[in-house]
Amino acid sequence: MKEVKFKIDGRECTALKGQNLIEAAKANGIFIPTLCYFKHLNPLGSCRICTVKNNGRPIAGCTLTIDEGMDIEVNSAELLDLRKAILEMMFVEGNHFCPSCEKSGDCEMQNLGYETGIRYARFPHLFVDRVVDARPERIVVNQNRCIKCKRCIEEIETNDGHKVFNFTNRGNQTMVSVDYEQEAKLSEQQAEHAMRICPTGSILVKGKSFGKPFGDRQYDFAKADTNIPLTDLKKHIKKDKKKKRVATTSLAGCFGCHMSMLDIDLGLFDLVDIVEFDKSPLTDFKKFDERCDIGLIEGGCCNTDNIEVLRKFRKHCDILISVGECAIWGGVPAIRNTLPLEDCLKEAYLDSLTSEENETVIPNHEDIPKILDKVYCNHEVVKIDYHIPGCPPNANHIWNVVKNILFEEDYSITYPEFKYD
Amino acid sequence: MDRTHLLNELWQYQLKFGFISDKAISRISKKLNVSIVEIESVITFYHFFHQKPTGEYIIYLNNSIISDIKGYEAVKAAFEKETGCTFNEDGDKEFSLFDTSCIGMSDQEPAALINFLPFTDLTPNKVKHIIASLKNGENLEDLASKTKSKIQYHPEGEKAIIFRPYEMGKSIEEGLKFTPEEIVNKISKAKLLGLGGAFFPVGYKWNSCKNNEADTKYIICNADEGEPGTFKDRALFQYLPGLVIEGMILAGYATGAKEGIIYLRAEYQYFKDKIEDVLSVFRKANLLGENILGVKDFDFEIRIQLGAGSYVCGAASALIESLEGRRGEPPVRFWSATKHGFRHKPTVVNNVETLAYASRIIELGEDHFLSMGTEESPGTKLLSISGDVAKPGIYEIEFGTSIIDLLGIEMSQATSPYFIQVSGPSGECVNNTEFNRRICKEDIMCGGSFMVFNRTRDILNILRNFMEFFKEESCGVCTPCRAGNYILTEKVKKMQRGLSSQEDIEEIKQWGKIIKLSSRCGLGKSSPNSLIYAVDKFKDYFNLKIPPTNEFLNVEFDMEDAVQEFDSFIKDTQT
Repeated sequence: MKEVKFKIDGRECTALKGQNLIEAAKANGIFIPTLCYFKHLNPLGSCRICTVKNNGRPIAGCTLTIDEGMDIEVNSAELLDLRKAILEMMFVEGNHFCPSCEKSGDCEMQNLGYETGIRYARFPHLFVDRVVDARPERIVVNQNRCIKCKRCIEEIETNDGHKVFNFTNRGNQTMVSVDYEQEAKLSEQQAEHAMRICPTGSILVKGKSFGKPFGDRQYDFAKADTNIPLTDLKKHIKKDKKKKRVATTSLAGCFGCHMSMLDIDLGLFDLVDIVEFDKSPLTDFKKFDERCDIGLIEGGCCNTDNIEVLRKFRKHCDILISVGECAIWGGVPAIRNTLPLEDCLKEAYLDSLTSEENETVIPNHEDIPKILDKVYCNHEVVKIDYHIPGCPPNANHIWNVVKNILFEEDYSITYPEFKYD
Repeated sequence: MDRTHLLNELWQYQLKFGFISDKAISRISKKLNVSIVEIESVITFYHFFHQKPTGEYIIYLNNSIISDIKGYEAVKAAFEKETGCTFNEDGDKEFSLFDTSCIGMSDQEPAALINFLPFTDLTPNKVKHIIASLKNGENLEDLASKTKSKIQYHPEGEKAIIFRPYEMGKSIEEGLKFTPEEIVNKISKAKLLGLGGAFFPVGYKWNSCKNNEADTKYIICNADEGEPGTFKDRALFQYLPGLVIEGMILAGYATGAKEGIIYLRAEYQYFKDKIEDVLSVFRKANLLGENILGVKDFDFEIRIQLGAGSYVCGAASALIESLEGRRGEPPVRFWSATKHGFRHKPTVVNNVETLAYASRIIELGEDHFLSMGTEESPGTKLLSISGDVAKPGIYEIEFGTSIIDLLGIEMSQATSPYFIQVSGPSGECVNNTEFNRRICKEDIMCGGSFMVFNRTRDILNILRNFMEFFKEESCGVCTPCRAGNYILTEKVKKMQRGLSSQEDIEEIKQWGKIIKLSSRCGLGKSSPNSLIYAVDKFKDYFNLKIPPTNEFLNVEFDMEDAVQEFDSFIKDTQT
């Protein structure tokens, strides 16, 4: 094969004519992210994350073969945002609850989420009820996590060449189905191979787990000194100036974000020199004393009380910040959003293992908040000014955001600092 | 068994038993030596294949926007009331009811197919009568409607290209005076464009197929007319099937193909037998078969392949996948069909109307064709006009005709037209400041669907219908089309609930652009078009849809609505 010259983002590159763009770019030190492209398989072109522009025309990079003089655009602002958007579509289309996923930390999709710097999905979550199919012999297919990349369909075959997976239905109902008869013929190794090539935690082998996280992000090897110091807070201490006021609350969350806030340890002493806490579980003040500069909200809204508290915060705070996944899009409590409320209540109070027939009721009293039809994220209810992603967000991270908002300094979170798993 | 016969095999079970049983699937999978899930993947892709038993009468009611404005809801309710069944569920022994995308009857809506026979201009009363008659055991065929569309307009006398007297075999006789090379040149010279909606130069396609050496080549007539609002291909097949067949034969002569396939959409199977009859007349006249009209080694045969209910199969590459017995997913393409098409052989895929024009061009000569229309798009074009017009039907218009003329007293006689959808949901909407635009390559092209909506029609309702159509008809392979169209549908619903802000308008444009940029095939690349155009072209309407916001509650959260489910459930448990 002939060696040819082509350009990526204006940079001269060389590759063999007819080589796949993803490979060719890699050989030239340029990373093009993709979730469906897989070594020896024919390019699938299904995830579309590798979308690039070839001489100005948009095309999936994995379906492009190198030719002399190609001018390829990979990392323009438009395409970077496009990639992020497609990934966000995947997150809202499925039900990706990273904290409860076996593959968290070893997941290609999650890793790409970090890589592209997703803070929150621009699209509303769709919360479609999807099947977890445990009927196959060796594997479990969790449709909540499937992104329909087609890798397993093309790659996994029995020894006599029969397909084990295939798409069924179409449109937004499309899903990967398993052939139970063929699946039973898979060897242990073949089944594990299916689990490994799955870019998410959709295919799992019964009884197997993931050994180690594959990430090499900064936080995976966190050392004490790599965290952002809070010591420069002192310069903001001015006797004549009033302390800034901060309020916090936990709605439908687990208090994990509040635990994380406390994780700055001794930094707290520096913090109380410059800010004063108003209503907050940290102070146990139940009511607002005066107007606050910042309100930190953990958790989303699952009942009427959450809504009232959130509205109160909006009324009393200049700036409102959603902290953590539950506040941003519902998080783990929103697992129930794929089911009717009635089923959830029945399961919890009437049909649970410990409930006795005709002995238990669904709690209902005018003093108890009512459960909403679904878990709402905070910006569906009131205007939210900032989002701090993570599950939970890192302690320093939270306070640095607060500090920088309060004292109007520029601050941007780099991707190694994100943490969802 | 050959995989290419899979669709026919599935149809046999479907038509005979009303569904395809697990047993049948298992049997077919053994015959093809593939896994069961592979057969299921095909069955579940197509709308008209069922895996659960259906009633004796399967009723498919069209839910396109034209049906909607002509009384779909009332007709749907009548069907449910009279049969006692619910739409899109399994139904009972007698009846099964399903929604379906446009069935090509937009001039006679609301319309339904009952066991694939057409029933048009439905009203609740008519439905009552039909169901009662069926319950009485009357013959379904006697009850079915006559579906021929009215040809409302064509250019006067000699100027008409399609709708002029037809004489069987004339264009072939004329064509055989030339060499294949010359035929291709004539088509190229006439600048004939693919009239299904892609407007790809036909001469180029034929030439490329002709130049690709292979032992076998194919001519495929794309009769999978799925774009909502269009029915001109149906009309052509009902009025002038011979003209289309002659176009295929000429294409075969020009490119060296010996086999032709008509990919007929399942919705049109009620006139399949009539086409078969015409084919056998052609065979008797030696216009099909071996050594056609005495030309040595000029052999050509045509067969009909039935589709099974999928809009995306109208795209040539997906159509070929479907013909080969697979899901109609547009594949990742490394070659054009004219090089590696059906069975990996050089293939020409042309729309019904394109083939009809090709045979007229050979019959009448390219100069006649070039004397009409515009510089870049000569000749005439068939349009299917529907919606709020006095005269819905088929129009043969000269390219370059303005929209205002189409709406005027001479033609469709529209009543206070407001929102015009040109080329169907994947096309472009037009507002009343643009009515002087002309249908031609230089201005706005039209694949055939021309839907007119008057001032009383709700634009968001129209757009929602379009988006739901794409959400349903996306093949589901690529993320932006599968998830993106779903997300946009939700957005339109949100706007309908009156919960939108200016930000939503901006997001529609940004999100739509992302879907268009990154989708794999034409469906996703064009699906957000109408929505994106509409928010700009109908600003007045959308401004009214955006409620004023207050400082803190820029999102309207309805507490009463959110606790309603809880309250009603608690009430149930206490009584």
